Amino acid sequence: MMERTAAVESRPASGSSQPAIELRRLRRDFGERTALGGISARLEPGESLAVLGPNGSGKSTLLRILAGLLRPSGGEISVLGCALPKEAHRLRGRVGYLGHAPLLYRDLSPRENLGLAAALHRLDPAASDSRIEMLLDAVGMSARGDDRVAELSAGMKQRIDICRAVLHEPDLLLLDEPDAHLDSEARVLVEPLVGPGNGRTRVVVSHDRESATAGAEVVLELR
Amino acid sequence: MSPFSALLRKDLRVELRTLRSLPAMALFAVSAFVIFRFGLDREQLDGELAAGVLVPTLLFAALLAINRLFVAEREEGGFDLIRLAPIDRPVLFAAKASALVIYLVVLELIAVPIFALFFLDSASGLLPFALILLLANIGLAATGTVISTIATMSSARDLLAPLILLPLLIPLVIAAAGAGEHLLAAGGPDYGRFGTWLALLGLYDLVFLLVGYATFDYLLED
Repeated sequence: MMERTAAVESRPASGSSQPAIELRRLRRDFGERTALGGISARLEPGESLAVLGPNGSGKSTLLRILAGLLRPSGGEISVLGCALPKEAHRLRGRVGYLGHAPLLYRDLSPRENLGLAAALHRLDPAASDSRIEMLLDAVGMSARGDDRVAELSAGMKQRIDICRAVLHEPDLLLLDEPDAHLDSEARVLVEPLVGPGNGRTRVVVSHDRESATAGAEVVLELR
Repeated sequence: MSPFSALLRKDLRVELRTLRSLPAMALFAVSAFVIFRFGLDREQLDGELAAGVLVPTLLFAALLAINRLFVAEREEGGFDLIRLAPIDRPVLFAAKASALVIYLVVLELIAVPIFALFFLDSASGLLPFALILLLANIGLAATGTVISTIATMSSARDLLAPLILLPLLIPLVIAAAGAGEHLLAAGGPDYGRFGTWLALLGLYDLVFLLVGYATFDYLLED
């Protein structure tokens, strides 16, 4: 078996208070290949974790495990007090997940996609309508809110997907390259929603050390 | 809006906007009727031959929609969207099966009158046969949704769905064609074993609805 991942973290996995995330010897294998091997880390509520590493180092795999979308092969994982994968059902609705591909239906408009996400999260319809409008306005997409997603540029899709990830006001944000496809103006627009200043616990995966580590209390480097 | 209504509405809206499944299903059914008309060299069909042409044609047309049922979920992240939301996963099963029933009803509203026009001397058996078709639609939708979910997770999905699904549909075809044989008989509908076929279809529907509800949570695991 090929063992190729090691983790370096800025803080040991210990402490007495209830952490937002705690990983102990997390491992994920895909057949004979080890994508994540023996990762340990701890993140307190409200803190940011930057996950860095080259292509194929397991960054996106780690994020999917933390979201409850992928089962770990070994180790202990606690996210927002839920032991994964056993208690993944308790985590549903508490995580805002931004993957490397947008979770948007191409043949629906941004408003319809966000309306669907609001219904799936059982948000109050009146309150969710006004929140959708507020979010579209915040990312500068109000005018394109009724166009089909398939007609939008990659950066516009990313802005809508960020709206989808924060729509239900999650306790934890899991962000895979949140700046991908965004120009400098769009980065400024999405900063209040997913940036380090919004008070939410965040895990940010990036190739870009500077943007990922901005405001991050813990840095995890995958090799 | 409930998650079930939202998911069903999403599927119907996307189909109305893109017309990816329904026109193909209707075109397939009509083309098959034309082929049967010339292949059998018959201007009129009744009894077992009429049922034997109509039921399998509708079934094969349904496969086109079943193969496409989870394409958007697979390619556009819909599975992750649902797995992240605080909803019971069988809600997706219920919404997908309901969408499939609606597609099948629309298909039959187009295809059955054309079939009658091509082949039937009298349409008096079609009304009771509509009840048979409705029950068959529910069973087909329940089975098709479960198998389509399994096939979606495989790289051989286009081949896998029909290969697994068709053997499972044999009881449903036997019941629907058996009922059709008597309802589309030459001398007018014969209701002799109508109740038996209805009961068989109802039982089939119940079994596969329960199988779908009980297994769908596990089918969406990574």
